[in-house]
Amino acid sequence: MDEIAPEYDVIVLGTGLTECILSGVLSVKGKKVLHIDRNDHYGADAASVNLEVLFKKYGNYAKGTEPWKQYGRLNDWNIDLVPKFLMSSGELTNILVSTDVTRYLEFKQVAGSYVQQGSGPRATVAKVPSDAGEALRSPLMGIFEKRRMKGFIEWVGSFNVKDTATHKGLDINTCTMKEVYDKFGLETTTKDFIGHAMALYPNDAYIDLKGGAVEAIDRIRLYGNSVARYGKSPYIYPLYGLGELPQGFARLSAIYGGTYMLNTTVDELVYEDGKAVGIKATMTGVDPEMTFETKAKMILGDPSYFPGKVRVVGHVLRAICVLKHPLASTNDADSCQLIIPQSQVGRKNDIYIACVSSAHNVCPKGYWIAIVSTIAETAANHHLELAPGLERLGRIEEQFMGSPIPLYEPLEDGTRDKIFISKSYDASSHFESTTDDVRDIYRRLAGEELVVEGLREGIQVADE
Amino acid sequence: MADLAGAPRPSSSVKLVLLGEAAVGKSSLVLRFVNNDFQENKEPTIGAAFLTQKCNLPTRTIKFEIWDTAGQERFASLAPMYYRNAQAALVVYDLTKPTSLVKAKHWVAELQRQASPGIVIALVGNKLDLTNDSGDGEGTDANDSGDARKVSTEEAKTYAEEESLLFFETSAKTGYNVTEVFTAIANAIPETSLKTARGAGASAAAASRAEEQRVNLNGPRDPNAKEGCAC
Repeated sequence: MDEIAPEYDVIVLGTGLTECILSGVLSVKGKKVLHIDRNDHYGADAASVNLEVLFKKYGNYAKGTEPWKQYGRLNDWNIDLVPKFLMSSGELTNILVSTDVTRYLEFKQVAGSYVQQGSGPRATVAKVPSDAGEALRSPLMGIFEKRRMKGFIEWVGSFNVKDTATHKGLDINTCTMKEVYDKFGLETTTKDFIGHAMALYPNDAYIDLKGGAVEAIDRIRLYGNSVARYGKSPYIYPLYGLGELPQGFARLSAIYGGTYMLNTTVDELVYEDGKAVGIKATMTGVDPEMTFETKAKMILGDPSYFPGKVRVVGHVLRAICVLKHPLASTNDADSCQLIIPQSQVGRKNDIYIACVSSAHNVCPKGYWIAIVSTIAETAANHHLELAPGLERLGRIEEQFMGSPIPLYEPLEDGTRDKIFISKSYDASSHFESTTDDVRDIYRRLAGEELVVEGLREGIQVADE
Repeated sequence: MADLAGAPRPSSSVKLVLLGEAAVGKSSLVLRFVNNDFQENKEPTIGAAFLTQKCNLPTRTIKFEIWDTAGQERFASLAPMYYRNAQAALVVYDLTKPTSLVKAKHWVAELQRQASPGIVIALVGNKLDLTNDSGDGEGTDANDSGDARKVSTEEAKTYAEEESLLFFETSAKTGYNVTEVFTAIANAIPETSLKTARGAGASAAAASRAEEQRVNLNGPRDPNAKEGCAC
């Protein structure tokens, strides 16, 4: 067994996506990184797992039976634990391209982005219109509302925050999104799909936020630009599941000298004068077990490695479902996102359904994986909160739903104790908040903004 | 990904992964194959995503994408992504070090468990220059008895035959048998698995339909996309 160095610049705990992006970036920048995970696989909470692992994780089968055996080859299943898609013009795409991690991964479009209007059997499910032409064809709006929507979308396209001539007479720095909607005379149901299925806000808090219009417009433009990039939907998704993303960044780190250890538990964080200076850890799965101690200038990791240094800020409800058919009203899409805005089903938070299939090499042919999720609003009866989403799925072959999943946030920013902790993956349908967290952590630990553009240029690369 | 229509020979990309104990000469073999170069006391590999090299066969051209483990195998932490869609593997041992063959057998088992069923595996005993039968008749630069061989050709060959592996003894230092390994691998890759290139395992019809939705993130962005909304 090789030697562990006596000291590293950074020790990273947990191989989730946030941690792996940071490991990759820090390694390229010449930092000596030791990256550890207690699990026997990459990805931590952002892993993709096979059906056997999923059944065992949720324990929903009779002892002595092996229900996963009726679903074909285990290796054909890559089921995400956290359902998210990449915005094709979003920040994660930018990081992937800038770091060249795209060389290890292949992406495909998500076939459609849908929104629900109304509830129960009479609900309408329709494609989210992303340009003026689609707005005019959309069944989501009446004839006059379509014209108003067309006017709104065209205005968003020409909007320039620096050019007051494009502000329609609004004081854009202080006005709310409600004032913008009212300017165009948009109906409540239209606001609903704009705010929730295009700007992708999980609730209605954004509407009355003073000065919130600019961010909302930016988010609608990100949606529009992302759709325009490849055509079918604003989303892309990696073949073999989201678990490929952390693996890709871990490889980036490794080729720049990062050291990787799975199956390794942290026995103790070592402090000096209130600052973290190293770890004591044990690698299992090898004979004999290897116990070691090493130092580092800083430690970063996911919340599960730092109980007592994080707090719970909410809970996500999530049901992973295996289907043998596509979602209804999605034109038999091999993949899609369906958003049920909160107001349509009497909730405060939206319900998201992310659906992928064999087209993305995440399951054998003939199966679809649909993950229904929302933010918990009650202390019990969580299955009822997800019910409007589960109703959309039709017959469900297998359903995996555990207790509400706590969302953690660090108590401190890490500058005092040199421990930098990431946030849990939130309920949002994409990775924009994850990359915000990556940038935030980088700023805290490096004291400067993360610039990924041109990151690998000018670096001496052996053998290339 | 697109076929080179009109090109004299069809060309296909083949992902080849390197496996083997540290310091058996994995990178040196590749360096010899790609650059026809050898570096004494080469540092462990850093910074290479993967190397590419073409191999011209009479009827087709194979472009190898050669993936190095980047050290992730050191603490048994190689990611499944590494094996994903690999169509060929080079499992290297040092024929002066019996434990490296044990390790090589471990990697062969791992490949048979994790990789695509049709993967072509070559078992390669490297550092033939340190033995008496160095192939180029030059003998050896090892001292005293002159033969540092500790793994017999017969033992490794028998094992390779049992497991249906290609088998070669090479010297990255002298270049002996190196090109032959890659040519043999290129020849052994079934024509059918080349057709579907990276989507190995998928049916041809599904692959072509699926191809429409595949996206190239490195492709040029719509120049207007960043500033103005394309709405």
